[in-house]
Formats: sequence, structure tokens, C-alpha cells
Amino acid sequence: MRVINKVLGTVALAATMAAGFGATAASADETRIALVVKALGIGFFEAAAKGAEEAAAELGDTEIIYTGPTDTTAEGQIEVINSLIAQGVDAIAISANDYDALVPSLKKAMQRGITVISWDSGVAPEGRQMHLNPSSNELIGNMCVKLAADHLPDGGQVAILSASATATNQNIWIEEMKKVLPEYEGIELVATVYGDDLADKSYREAQGLMATYPDLDAIIAPTSVGIVAAAQAVADAGKAGEVNVTGLGLPSEMAGAIESGASQSFAIWNPIDLGYSATMIAHALASGEATAEPGATLPMGRMGEVTLDDEGNGAMADPFVYDAGNIDEFKSIF
Amino acid sequence: MLKRILTARETILAAAILALLVLIAVRFPAFVAPSNLIAVFNDTSPLMLLALGQMIVILTKCIDLSVAANLALTGMCVAMLNIMMPGLPVAVIIVIAVALGTLMGMINGLLVWKLDIPPIVVTLGTMTIFRGIIFLISNGKWVNAHEMSPAFKAFPRAELLGLPMMSWVAILVILAFFVLMTRTSLGRAVYAVGGNPHAAVYTGIDVGRTKFTAYTISGALAGLTGYLWVSRYAVAYVDIAGGFELDTVAAAVIGGVSIAGGVGSVFGAVLGALFLGVIKNALPVVNISPFWQLAISGSAIIVAVAFNAQANRTKGRVILKQAEAAA
Repeated sequence: MRVINKVLGTVALAATMAAGFGATAASADETRIALVVKALGIGFFEAAAKGAEEAAAELGDTEIIYTGPTDTTAEGQIEVINSLIAQGVDAIAISANDYDALVPSLKKAMQRGITVISWDSGVAPEGRQMHLNPSSNELIGNMCVKLAADHLPDGGQVAILSASATATNQNIWIEEMKKVLPEYEGIELVATVYGDDLADKSYREAQGLMATYPDLDAIIAPTSVGIVAAAQAVADAGKAGEVNVTGLGLPSEMAGAIESGASQSFAIWNPIDLGYSATMIAHALASGEATAEPGATLPMGRMGEVTLDDEGNGAMADPFVYDAGNIDEFKSIF
Repeated sequence: MLKRILTARETILAAAILALLVLIAVRFPAFVAPSNLIAVFNDTSPLMLLALGQMIVILTKCIDLSVAANLALTGMCVAMLNIMMPGLPVAVIIVIAVALGTLMGMINGLLVWKLDIPPIVVTLGTMTIFRGIIFLISNGKWVNAHEMSPAFKAFPRAELLGLPMMSWVAILVILAFFVLMTRTSLGRAVYAVGGNPHAAVYTGIDVGRTKFTAYTISGALAGLTGYLWVSRYAVAYVDIAGGFELDTVAAAVIGGVSIAGGVGSVFGAVLGALFLGVIKNALPVVNISPFWQLAISGSAIIVAVAFNAQANRTKGRVILKQAEAAA
């Protein structure tokens, strides 16, 4: 794939390749959806491609062209987009390397009647028909509290370990967490501390939480540095199983914490679901079953539906929960 | 004699730390429990190690801003080495870490010595270069807890006589440094070079070589700390210990090491590091806004420097101004 992409300069070559992708590529009734990723060879996107193939199998008559540049540059993606336009694919679903730089070539694609959506990492609204966010702030906030509450049937004390006190996304998530807190009976938020996304400071803050609140039951860290450091602090204090560290983290980084028991579960978007949903949406838009307009509801197969806001953004689902049962499967992916 | 002991920087600082502990104990009594104090000492060990390295460099009128980046690069190297060869004994890993750190320190030293580039520029440059190299060798990826071997992670946590190994390493290095600075010709040469470079030349001390040695020692300590850091927090990535170089400078300065060189002691630097360590560990438990935390750390540094300036004023008298100008 890498080599092929590099020589993808001319229309002639591109056409040959399109034919090479599948025996039925030329048939008119087949929907060809290009899943364009930031760069090839990244576990997260390979997993998304797996989800896209799953969606294609479910839809039937759909071919997935999984492609992208060899490094995460906007230039590389522009080349890929141009060759996809030349191939005349039906839809492009892209995770963009640049918010603005891809707009002209994606506009060109849309002028040729190609459905364009962005997912994971978006492009400006004029460069796509809709953007699929893996989740929304409300869903993330709720999930963080739910993760802690699920392991505390009788209620208990939780504390939040954030990144820096000025991090916008962190503060939005903390706000959302506080909003849903009354819905979880018996869960008491005792403190919010800031580890500045530094391993050592987060570790100390977690130690401080355990010292200040001896009855602390859970630490919620919606930051990948903080959650790892807090889990390590809990494990080192011999409190694994007593204090549950949860929040947002990556499976590869959290595998050790799940193993030590410092973390029961944590969440982050599932790339397989993301690739699946993007493909479902792209197919629906390309076949005319649905139209992307503000307020529209688009189907995503087994993932349900997504409703678009005024700028054409939609949120896929709750963050996906990882625990001892599935961590081994995902830790090598991302 | 008594007055000298009472007004010595170390005594004042030790009193300040004690006062600080009392103040914290009023708000949070569990902080002064022996087990917690040991934890604070252990947590401050990396800072003490690096502050000693920083001290010896500052004593020679230089500065080493690359210590944290050196720590991070060494840490990443040994972590990746651990993935490739999980069976490698920890002793070998420590030797490799120290060797790598020494090498990086020597690069700093050579640039300052042979090319005569201002130390702040050299180490600012190598700081960025080291961080860049971490990104190149790791591709920006993390080395995570489950990828490291159990032995690799166990060493700094292993306890001997109730104290974790990381603390023992710090104690050993402090003692070795005390001997080095007060009982060896190198130690005295470092003071001479920083105190009066011209006089040092006349006494036969090679100023450049002494600076080179200081950087090498600082690098070796950074390398050692690199392994300890990565294994303690069980994670290695590009940004670990970001900004930590300034903490080491702060610890040295608070400990009475004069930024102009030539003045400072091993125990001063250690106490300076402990002072910062107590603040860092206490702030999370006394429930102070994170914005205040920064202001408090900053104020402590300014107060310390003000002290230094006071101390330097009464250091001595220049009796032959013209002669000095002529030299």
C-alpha cells in the first residue's frame, strides 16, 4: 500500500489501481467508499479500517478503499484525495491532518458529486458534508462519573485529577461531570486537583488525595497522563482494589494499571466503532438515503443514529469502556 | 563560632523547613507522620540528585539547563532497551544509564570548554536536541508500564531498612558528593574556578577542564536519575520531567548556591531540594488553589535569592580595586 500510494501520480495509474482493488470495482451499482486516514500503519486507524470492512460486509455491494499518506501531512492527504477524485469513488470519509488545508481539494471532490465526510479529526464545515465526532462533551462527562459509580453500588467519595487548571476541554468535561453528579446517588465529589499533565505532579496529587481523603473510593482522571500516573500512585500505595482509578486513557498505556488492579475500567473512543459508523454514514449519504443538513438524523447501523448540529457535527456514542475483559485485544491496537 | 553556625544558610534553611512542617501539620497532621516524611524524602530524591549536579555546574559559573532533557532521553533509552532485552539485569541498566548521561554531560562540557560557547546557550541547545532525539527514537510513542519488566520497575521501590532504594541512592550520592566537594582537589578546584577564575589559573587549575568535569558529573547524575524516574513512574515519553531543569536551579539557589559561582554547599543544595519537595508534597494536601501553588513556589525562590544577595554583600572587601581592574 505504501509503495502504491507513492507512485499514485497519474490518472492512468490510479485507474489501474482502482481496477486492481476488486474484481467488481467497475460495476455501477457498487458503492465505493474511501476511508482516508492521517497516515498508514497507525494501530488506531488500522482498527478503524477493520470497522469499515465490517460495515461494508453488513451493507453488501460496498467496497472500502483504505488509504492515506505514509506520514501525517496535509500534502500527502491532498495527493490521495486527488487520486480518489480521479478514480471516481462514491464517498470519501477522512480523518484530516489539517483543518483548513484540505478544504479546496475536498470541495473539488464534492463538486464532482462525491460524498465527503470527516471523522475523528475534522475539516472546516465548507470542506465536508458532516463531521462525526467520536463522542460529545456531555457523553464523556457522564461516562466518567458512570465508570466510577458502577463500581460503587453503595456510593462513595470520588475525586477528579485533571490536567492543568486552564485546559479548556478538561474544564468542560469537569463541568459536565458536575452536572450529572446528582443523578448518581451517594457519589460525592470531594476534590478537584490538577496534575498539569506532568507524570510526577499528577502522581503527587494522587498521593495527596489518598492522604487527605482516607476513605476515597475513586479517582477520575479525564487525561491520559493523569490516569496513568494516578494508577501508578495507587498501586505503589498498595491501595489497588481500594481506590479505583478511572477516566479517559489509552488501552496501550493503561494495560499495566488494569493488570495491577489499580484501575477497574476506563474509557476512550473505540476506533472500530468509529470506522464502522463513518462508513455507514458515508454509504447513507452517497446512496441518497439521507441528507446531511442541520438537525438531520443519520443512520449508523448497530451504533444507532447520529443527529447533526448547526455546523453539521455529530457525536457517535458514549466512549467505549475498556476493562480486564478486552484490554488484551486493544492494547496492541492503540 | 556559634553565631556562624546559627547564621549559616544551612541552619536557616533547616529551620525554615521545620517551620514549614509545623505549619503544614497544623492544617494536616498526618503529613508529619514518619512514614509520610519518608515518602516526601523519597519523592524528592530525583530533585536532590539533579540539584547536586546543578550545584557543581553552577559553582563553576556555568548552568546546565539540559539535565531534565538528559534525564528524559536516558530514561527513554533504558526503557526501550528493557523492552528489547527484558532479561538484562538492573545493575547493567543502571551502568548504561549513567554512561549515557555521562556522555551527554561530556558533550555539554566539551562545547563549553573547547568552543567557549556561553553555557546557557550550549545547554539550551542540547536541551532541545535531547528532547528531539527522544522523539526520533520513540516516534513519539510511550513506553508503558506493561511493556517494562517487573525487575526494571521494582528497583526504586525495593525497601532496605524501611527506606526505598531510590532514597538510598540519593543518600549515597549526597555522602559521595560531600567527600568530593570538601576532601578532594577536584572539589576545591570547582570552588576556585567559580570563586575567582583568574586566581584559579595562577594556581595551576585548568578552568575549562574543571567546567568539563562538572558537566560530566551533572550528566552522570541526570542519567542515573533518568532510570530511577522512568522506573518509578513506570512510563517513558517525550515530555517526562518537562520544566524540571528549572526546579533543579531553584533548589540549588534556595540552598544558597550563588548563581555567580563559587559559593554553595552540598547540604545547602540538598536542603534547598527538600524545601521545594516539602512544598510540592504539602500543597496537594493543604488544599490550596493550583494558581496559588505556582505563586508560592515562585516567592520562595525570590526570597532565597534575596537572601543570597544579602549574604554576598558581606562576603569580603576588595582592598586593591585598581589592581583587580588591571588584571
